[in-house]
Amino acid sequence: MFETLSDRLTSVFTSLRGKGRLSEEDIDTTAREIRLALLEADVALPVVRAFIARIKERAQGAEVSKALNPAQQVIKIVNDELIDILGGETRELRFAKNPPTVIMLAGLQGSGKTTLAGKLGRWLAAERNTPLLVAADLQRPNAVTQLQVVGERAEVPVFAPEPGNGVGDPVEVARASVEQAEHNNHNVVIIDTAGRLGVDSEMMQQAADIRDAVTPDEILFVVDAMIGQDAVNTAQSFLDGVGYDAVALTKLDGDARGGAALSIRHITGRPIMFASTGEKLDDFTLFHPDRMASRILDM
Amino acid sequence: LAADRLDESSWEEIEDILITADVGVTSAAQIVENLRTKVKVLGTRTPDDVRELLRAELLAQIGTDRDRTVHTEQHAGGPAVVLIVGVNGTGKTTTAGKLARVLVGDGRSVVLGAADTFRAAAADQLETWGSRVGAPVVRRDEGADPASVAFEAVARGMDDRADTVIVDTAGRLHTKTGLMDELGKVKRVVEKKSSVDDVLLVLDATTGQNGLRQARVFAEAVDVSGIVLTKLDGTAKGGIVVQVQRELGVPVKLVGLGEGPDDLAPFDPEGFVDALLENVE
Ligand SMILES: Nc1nc2c(ncn2[C@@H]2O[C@H](COP(=O)(O)OP(=O)(O)OP(=O)(O)O)[C@@H](O)[C@H]2O)c(=O)[nH]1
Ligand SMILES: Nc1nc2c(ncn2[C@@H]2O[C@H](COP(=O)(O)OP(=O)(O)OP(=O)(O)O)[C@@H](O)[C@H]2O)c(=O)[nH]1
Ligand SMILES: [K+]
Ligand SMILES: [Mg+2]
Ligand SMILES: [Mg+2]
Repeated sequence: MFETLSDRLTSVFTSLRGKGRLSEEDIDTTAREIRLALLEADVALPVVRAFIARIKERAQGAEVSKALNPAQQVIKIVNDELIDILGGETRELRFAKNPPTVIMLAGLQGSGKTTLAGKLGRWLAAERNTPLLVAADLQRPNAVTQLQVVGERAEVPVFAPEPGNGVGDPVEVARASVEQAEHNNHNVVIIDTAGRLGVDSEMMQQAADIRDAVTPDEILFVVDAMIGQDAVNTAQSFLDGVGYDAVALTKLDGDARGGAALSIRHITGRPIMFASTGEKLDDFTLFHPDRMASRILDM
Repeated sequence: LAADRLDESSWEEIEDILITADVGVTSAAQIVENLRTKVKVLGTRTPDDVRELLRAELLAQIGTDRDRTVHTEQHAGGPAVVLIVGVNGTGKTTTAGKLARVLVGDGRSVVLGAADTFRAAAADQLETWGSRVGAPVVRRDEGADPASVAFEAVARGMDDRADTVIVDTAGRLHTKTGLMDELGKVKRVVEKKSSVDDVLLVLDATTGQNGLRQARVFAEAVDVSGIVLTKLDGTAKGGIVVQVQRELGVPVKLVGLGEGPDDLAPFDPEGFVDALLENVE
C-alpha cells in the first residue's frame, strides 16, 4: 500500500549516483521522508524531532561510499541509529539473590498484562523455575478467573486468595503472595495488576503501594504495540507514578509498525525486554532491537 | 497561535497538535493546507478566527448531521441485534455491558450473547456484567462455536420477546484471516434467524495509525455500521476516527469514558473536536 521508506529514498536519490556527498537539499528531502515514515509508524512527535536532528547531523558528515548508493547509505545510518536507541543487545531478566524474584506487571487497560503473566510463567517454568502467578487485579470483572484459567493453561499455580470484582485489597494480596512463595518454594512471583490510566492518580497510588509492599526486582510496563502518540504521556505517567525497569511490547503479531517501542525507549531510557506475538501462551519472545528497527521503517 | 499574524511556525504548531492527537501526518498536513487556503481566500485573519476555521474544518470532516443512533429498537422481525467486534482488548465486553445497562435503565429487556468462547474467562466476564445490569447471558463452554452461541442468543431473545440482543465477540487482529472469516460466519449465521441491526466496531482511543487499517478490514468483513471509541477518559484524543469517518463514512456512535457501568455516552462531535484542540491557544 504505502511505499516503503527504502522505495521512497531510492526514488529521491536516483539523480544522485556518482555524487560524493549529499547536498543540504538532498538531506532536507531525506529528512522529510524519514519524518513521514516515522510518524506513520506512530513514533512520537518529540522523538521524531530529536531523531531527525541526529540523522541530519550524521548524514552531513557521511561520505557516500562506493559500495552503497546514497539511499542505502542513509537507510543504514537510520537503521543503526534506531537499533542504538532501541537498545543494542537483548536485556535479560534479573533474578533476586534471595528468592523469590518478584516481577510486577503494570500498564493501561487491555494492554495484555494478564496474558503476559501466563506467558512469562510458562516460559520461566520451562527453564526449571517454579513461578507463582498472583491475582492482584481485584477490580476488572473476572480478572481473577481469567488469571486462574491462564494459569491452568500454562500449568503454573495461581495465588488468588480474593475473589475480585471489587472485593479484596490488592496490596495485601501482593504482600501475602511473597510469603506464600517463600513457604512453597516458588522462586519467582509474577504479580498481575489491574489496568489503569496514567491520569488516574488513585489507581496509580495503588500501583505504587503494591510496589512498596513487595519491592519488585523487575517492574514491567506492558504496552500495546498499536498505541499511537499517547505513548509519550502514558510511558511518562507510569514512570512517574510507579516506575518500571523494562517494557513488554504486546500484539506484535498484527501489522502495527510499533513506533511506541522507539518512543518509550527514547523518552524513558527503559529497555524493551519482551515481545508478545499472539494470544496463545507460546507467542512470546525476547525483544530483538534489530528486527524492530526494520519493522518501524517498513523495510 | 500567540502572534497576531500567522507565520510558518503557527501553521506547524497546528499540524503538530493534530499529529499528536493521532489524526495522522498526511491528514494533518491536508487539514492545514485547506486551512491556509481558506485564510488566504478570506483575507488576513486573527488567531481566533483561524481557530474557529480549524474547528469548522474538523467538524466538517467528522460530520455534524450524521445519524449516530444505535439500532436497538425491537422490530417486526423480533429483537434488534447488535454485534460487537474489534481487535483484542479495546473494550468490547465492557461496552456490551454498558450498552445493556443503558437499555435496561430505559425499561427495555436485553439478552447478552457470549460469542467469545476463546479468551480465558471471557464468558464469565460478560456474565458478571449481565448480573450487574440485569440482563441474562447466553453462553456455552470454552471452545464452542461462536456462531452457534450467537445464534442461540438471538433465538433466546426472540423467545423472550426481548428488545435487544447484544452479541459480544472475541478480540481478533484484523490481519488474521481465519479469525476474520470466523467473524463473518458469526454474522451470516445470525442472519439466518434475524437481521443484524448494528455492527459496532470498538476502537481504543489510544490506538495510532493502525486504527484505520483495523476499520478497513472489519468494515470489509462484517459491514461495520458504527464505531465505539473507548478509553477517552485518558489523555489520548482518539484522532484516528477523523480518518476512519472520512475514508469509510462509518460514524462514531458511542464513546467509552471509564470502566464503570454508566461510563458510556453518545458521541458528541463538538465536544470531541474541542478536546482535540484543547491545546491550541
Ligand atoms: N493478538 C494478540 N492478542 C493479545 C496479545 N497479548 C494479549 N492479547 C489479547 O489482548 C486482550 C487483552 O489481554 P489481557 O491479558 O486481558 O490484557 P490486560 O492488560 O490484562 O487487560 P486488563 O486487565 O483489562 O487491563 C486479550 O484478548 C488477549 O488475548 C498478543 O500479543 N497478541
Ligand atoms: N478507562 C477505560 N477503560 C475501559 C473502557 N472500556 C473498557 N475499559 C477497560 O479496558 C479493559 C479491556 O476491556 P474489555 O471489555 O475486556 O475489552 P475486550 O475488547 O472485550 O477485550 P478482549 O475480549 O480480550 O478482546 C478492561 O480493563 C476494561 O475495564 C473505557 O472506556 N475507559
Ligand atoms: K481524552
Ligand atoms: Mg488483566
Ligand atoms: Mg471481551
